[in-house]
Amino acid sequence: MKAMGERTEPSKGRVEETPRTREGVPAPAQEATARRGAGMWENLAWSIGPILLGLILTTLALLAVGANPVRAYTVMWKGAFGNAAQFSNVVSSWVPLALASVGLLITFTAGLWNIGIEGQIIMGAIFTAWTARTFDWPAEALIPALFISGIIGGAAWALLAGVLKTYGHVHEIFGGLGLNFVATGVTLYLIIGPWKRAGIASTSGTELFRPAAWLPTFPGGMAVGPIEIAVAVVSLVIVYFALRGTLWGLKLKAIGKNIRSAYWIGISTRLHLLGAFALCGAFAGMAGTVQAIGVWHRLIPAISGGYGYLGILVVLLSGFQAAGLAPVAFFFAAVSKGSVALPLDLQLDSSLGGVLQGIIVLLVILSQGVRARVQRAGASARIDSAVLASPVGPTAAPVEANENPPL
Amino acid sequence: MNNTLIQTLASILASSSPLVFAVVGETINEKAGVTNLSLDGTILLSAMVGFAVAYTTNSLYLAFFAAMLVGMLVAGLVAFSSIALKLDQIAVGFVLTLLCTDLSTFFGNPFVRLPGPAVPYLPIPILKDIPVIGPIFFAQNVVVYLSLLLIVAAWWYIFKTQPGLKLQGIGERPAAAFARGTNVNKLRFLYTLVGGSLVGFAGASYSLFVQLGWSYHKTYGIGWIALAIVIFGGWNPVRGAVGAYIFGALQMLGSFAQGVPAFAEIPTQVFQTAPFALMIIALLLVSNESIDHFFSGSPVSRRIWRSLRGAPPGALSTTFEQE
Repeated sequence: MKAMGERTEPSKGRVEETPRTREGVPAPAQEATARRGAGMWENLAWSIGPILLGLILTTLALLAVGANPVRAYTVMWKGAFGNAAQFSNVVSSWVPLALASVGLLITFTAGLWNIGIEGQIIMGAIFTAWTARTFDWPAEALIPALFISGIIGGAAWALLAGVLKTYGHVHEIFGGLGLNFVATGVTLYLIIGPWKRAGIASTSGTELFRPAAWLPTFPGGMAVGPIEIAVAVVSLVIVYFALRGTLWGLKLKAIGKNIRSAYWIGISTRLHLLGAFALCGAFAGMAGTVQAIGVWHRLIPAISGGYGYLGILVVLLSGFQAAGLAPVAFFFAAVSKGSVALPLDLQLDSSLGGVLQGIIVLLVILSQGVRARVQRAGASARIDSAVLASPVGPTAAPVEANENPPL
Repeated sequence: MNNTLIQTLASILASSSPLVFAVVGETINEKAGVTNLSLDGTILLSAMVGFAVAYTTNSLYLAFFAAMLVGMLVAGLVAFSSIALKLDQIAVGFVLTLLCTDLSTFFGNPFVRLPGPAVPYLPIPILKDIPVIGPIFFAQNVVVYLSLLLIVAAWWYIFKTQPGLKLQGIGERPAAAFARGTNVNKLRFLYTLVGGSLVGFAGASYSLFVQLGWSYHKTYGIGWIALAIVIFGGWNPVRGAVGAYIFGALQMLGSFAQGVPAFAEIPTQVFQTAPFALMIIALLLVSNESIDHFFSGSPVSRRIWRSLRGAPPGALSTTFEQE
């Protein structure tokens, strides 16, 4: 073992003893390369285990309310993949979810909990609705304008949360959350007030937009079209490369890891945080645009569809990796759309989909913690034996992990 | 004092009591260094479980006990994942918020809009006849009395007792507390469970007292308000409770204002959103440095201001490794 090899060097006094013991700590990494063969199966077990357990727990929940789990899962599967139209529904909810997650990946990379994303989606939809109601342009000009409106609305609302955080010292969780509720209030106000349908004021939504403002769909009664899919895919690709291969991405990661040291090496942290908020808001705003002109063709109170909060779960489950966003978002979209059929067919509440998603994310996070703990225990056992064998003796000090900025 | 005012104060005290439980509970575990972000979901789930148990067993004791158990279970998950597994408290708390919200909807489905039992009115014989104070404080029910007791007890425990000093120590300087022989992580676990049980109690007092019954997303948003009030209250149970009462008073003011013809033009949505806009403004006030300059003019105003704002516990939301 490498750690042991270092110990054979002659000791040069007290100063070097402490760092040398600390160098022994990343032993799991070295150990992992030594056991590469067994590692593959272990990795597989650690990634499939929590998902299986999540399914078991959800099955127990179904049994607890006296439902037939097999039928429930069958209904969900058919609801998502039963026919082409249902599959197009899944894709149409994958688009806003992917856009929200890709935006959130940027703020998470900068170490921000942008819970305000729901409000940013809503604001994007509101701005889009305003443009759609105001301008009588042909579709070729109108649809780009609608997307730009969504981007402006989402980014502006996100910047508000960002300014509250960077200048007002209001934590982004509370600033963003408050703004979510305010955005919902604004939507309701518009729907009942200034934008109410002729004659009746109801919370069912505004008048439908003119057909020029509708996103075109694939033929055959599909719920989704080429434009929004292209927007989502391009967004995923751009953010994947921007976070991986640009100086900006590197700086953002530095801020996310340790904002103080990022500041001390000369990164303008405030500007980058605001930029991360604005970019996330821009993607969220586009999700709002798609919801408004691709799904509902009007403004409704629940226009965000909950895709903002769901996006946070997607990013957590994908382990903050851009490459994981698309498949995880697809899985979540399928579960969400599949569970919509539950109340109709089995009188079960469609929140079962949310239960399944939540349990799986929780168990995956917990299992990562358990795995790290198992490895830590193994590593410290090895270090202990190494330290006891060395002539220097133990020099361990209490370690205080201070990774998260206090609320 | 006239009768209307006394009645208004009494009903503010009553309607804010669940929020007091949640705020004091969260204050306790944040004082110990653990943030339980799952409040919004926990309150919903415990409100649902409390009502469901009361409805099926007809026992209020069992109902509150079950709700507290739910609160402890969720808090226990947060504590276990942050203390034993060193996971991000915010991430686990947020996932639990969403999960508990969906669980409350899924399992609460059969109990929606059913009439159920309520915590009975229980005036205290002699004390209720004291003018002004009697009808406000002593013509209430057990939940309200307990909420008042809790404020005093929590304040006294945290700031006036030896174990309370330890509680502050593990939240402020865990390494120092550990060096003095305190089992930091064990105590953190314990206090998180205590905080969680109080949050569970808050949930049941919504569905069995303040807003009788269960319906979809019944208390949605109130947990976030509670978390914000903990900050607003500067991690002090008394100031947190005052924050809860101010919130209750403003809500009442809102429902009054909606009835006044002069405000009839303002749509209901503005009143429904107002608490959250207010939450942002309140947090902006207590956490902004420029406000300090504003109040630093005279020694008196500086002193008043300093007593109004509190600092978060030094090691809030961090993990501590005992060696």
